[in-house]
Amino acid sequence: MGAIIETNNLRAYYITKAYGVERTVKAVDDITLRIQEGEVYGIAGESGCGKSTLLRVLLNAYQPPLTVVGGEVIYNLDGERLNAADMTEEQNRDLRWRKLSYIPQGSMHVLNPVRRIRDSFHDFISAHRDVTKNESYAMTAEYLRDLGLPEKVMRSYPHQLSGGMRQRVTIALATILWPKLIFADEPTTALDVVVQRGVIQMLKDVQQKEGSTLVLITHDIGVHANLADRIAILYAGKLVEEAETRTILNEPKHPYTRYLIESLPNLDSREELMSIPGRPPALDRPPSGCRFHERCPLAQDICKTIEPELIQIAPRHFTACHVVEEELSHAQAV
Amino acid sequence: MPKLSEPLLQIEDLTKIFHIRQGFASQEFHAVDNASIVIDSDKPEIFAVVGESGSGKTTLAKMVLGMEVASQGILRYKDRVINDISKKEMKTWFYREVQPVFQDPFAAFSPLKQIDRYLYETVYNYKMVGDKKEAPRYINEVLSEVGLTLAEIAGRYPNELSGGQAQRVAIARALITKPSLIVADEPVSMLDASLRMSIVNMFRKLKEDNKVSVIYITHDLATAFYAGDRIAVMLRGWIVEMGSTEQVLGNPLHPYTQNLKTSIPSIKTDEAWDEKIDLAVIETDEYTRSGCKFAGRCPAVMDICHDNIPPSVEHEGRSVKCFLYDGSASVDPAKKQAATPALA
Repeated sequence: MGAIIETNNLRAYYITKAYGVERTVKAVDDITLRIQEGEVYGIAGESGCGKSTLLRVLLNAYQPPLTVVGGEVIYNLDGERLNAADMTEEQNRDLRWRKLSYIPQGSMHVLNPVRRIRDSFHDFISAHRDVTKNESYAMTAEYLRDLGLPEKVMRSYPHQLSGGMRQRVTIALATILWPKLIFADEPTTALDVVVQRGVIQMLKDVQQKEGSTLVLITHDIGVHANLADRIAILYAGKLVEEAETRTILNEPKHPYTRYLIESLPNLDSREELMSIPGRPPALDRPPSGCRFHERCPLAQDICKTIEPELIQIAPRHFTACHVVEEELSHAQAV
Repeated sequence: MPKLSEPLLQIEDLTKIFHIRQGFASQEFHAVDNASIVIDSDKPEIFAVVGESGSGKTTLAKMVLGMEVASQGILRYKDRVINDISKKEMKTWFYREVQPVFQDPFAAFSPLKQIDRYLYETVYNYKMVGDKKEAPRYINEVLSEVGLTLAEIAGRYPNELSGGQAQRVAIARALITKPSLIVADEPVSMLDASLRMSIVNMFRKLKEDNKVSVIYITHDLATAFYAGDRIAVMLRGWIVEMGSTEQVLGNPLHPYTQNLKTSIPSIKTDEAWDEKIDLAVIETDEYTRSGCKFAGRCPAVMDICHDNIPPSVEHEGRSVKCFLYDGSASVDPAKKQAATPALA
């Protein structure tokens, strides 16, 4: 199976001009991705690392000040190769919801508070397909039953539902037309663990039923561990490491990834955990060289000036770090 | 048994009732129902309160802070009934002793005010220094407790700080009055993973070095386990299980705690979930349930659970509110079995 969506050296900046002062925030800087058909691709990183910006560009739903200044996004849907930059607004609309869909973060603000759930479903379905109200009700009822949601949800208003149920309704709403490619932006953030587990289960169900591709964006490594096939770690607008979930969790190579994994508290031990020193850099003036060098315990002189490239260090395992690269070349020399 | 010292905080059968009006009908809604917690004054501890949203954690915190008036029950701080403390004494004594830290530091500080002003104001209001010239030195001392210096934050506005720094300033502000108790309501849930542990580590350090007790309210079980000495698990207003963190989370007895524990997404990739769980459909349904509030989604539910409120019983060194451990009810051994596999 090939890549369903790919980006090549994608760079997307926020460019603002106020009182003659131009400010550029490099939120996505030189990112190349290949997301394979049918996989769950996780994107992890802290707030302000460019996750949501990347998502907006991948969805082809961005407006100034966010501008794509370089690179491209390509969709491979049903044998067609579409370059996002060349698509018209009409083509875009045609693609959305039917082939490419989006599960937003705050389910509280997604559902119309004055309409019953089934009517919200009707609004969405009828915008993309020619259906009568009864047809869309029947479709909704069947789909909700398939996903194990109770019947009475249909006639409820959003405020009557619990947070977890609302989030699951939102997922159902986003996937009712069986899109090929689903983007989920922090789908479980602000939910409690039990509810989160229910939502993760449902995302898994939806993804496996039709073999859709799921792009999962969240800062929570625990969620990635239970859902994603591959994980990409973003730091300050850069892709710093990408590998299969198991590899990222068991043998992280980039110092930032290592910190992220090792600072996760667990129920096995109460030993003191380290936290990452310093703070994420501001993206309007990113540090020179490797963007992590100011917080990195392994930083060397080269890290301060030269930007590390994303290199393959093992099959399907990529990382961008001078130190790892050097270790690797030493190992090969010996 | 005679008490050796007066407790720092004594909560007994505390209940908070809200009234929901629907047209002319009014419904009672117990946000906190018969909660009892005692924190000793001679042994500082981090007391974690966990539970899902809408379990009454924040209402409990507000009552301890004197921001909500309890409907029933006893709420004493150092042997004084919190609700009876006069307004003047609240300002001069109580807030010196008990300080809050809230979830979102950017909502706690006005964006139009330099953040160090808050620290100066607190020092002046509580007369923490004899001479105003002493204030910067005193503030610097407090800030060093949280790993900051006055030079770093002087004259800066909240938006110029990172979330972790702003939360540290919020904690420093709480520390200025040298409190004996800090009530921290979800202090790390807005923070990034890389900053989260630095704040939690700081609470541990404050307990050790400054002898400050902390009520740590969170929905994150992993940090509660990491930081907490004791833990109370709340469900729809009830404390369903309470005891030492190691016991409660190491070997949870209440089916709800077991459910919580197994729901923590593990980063060990071979520990995937295989069984499905039930979620509450409509929130108020669970609050108004006449029997056990967990009966609707409990894997070990029995007939007795639907109509009767389970008692809190002492079992294996913690208190647990469940008929399974009651002893009086005849428990079908198969049911008990049904609850236990979740432990593995």
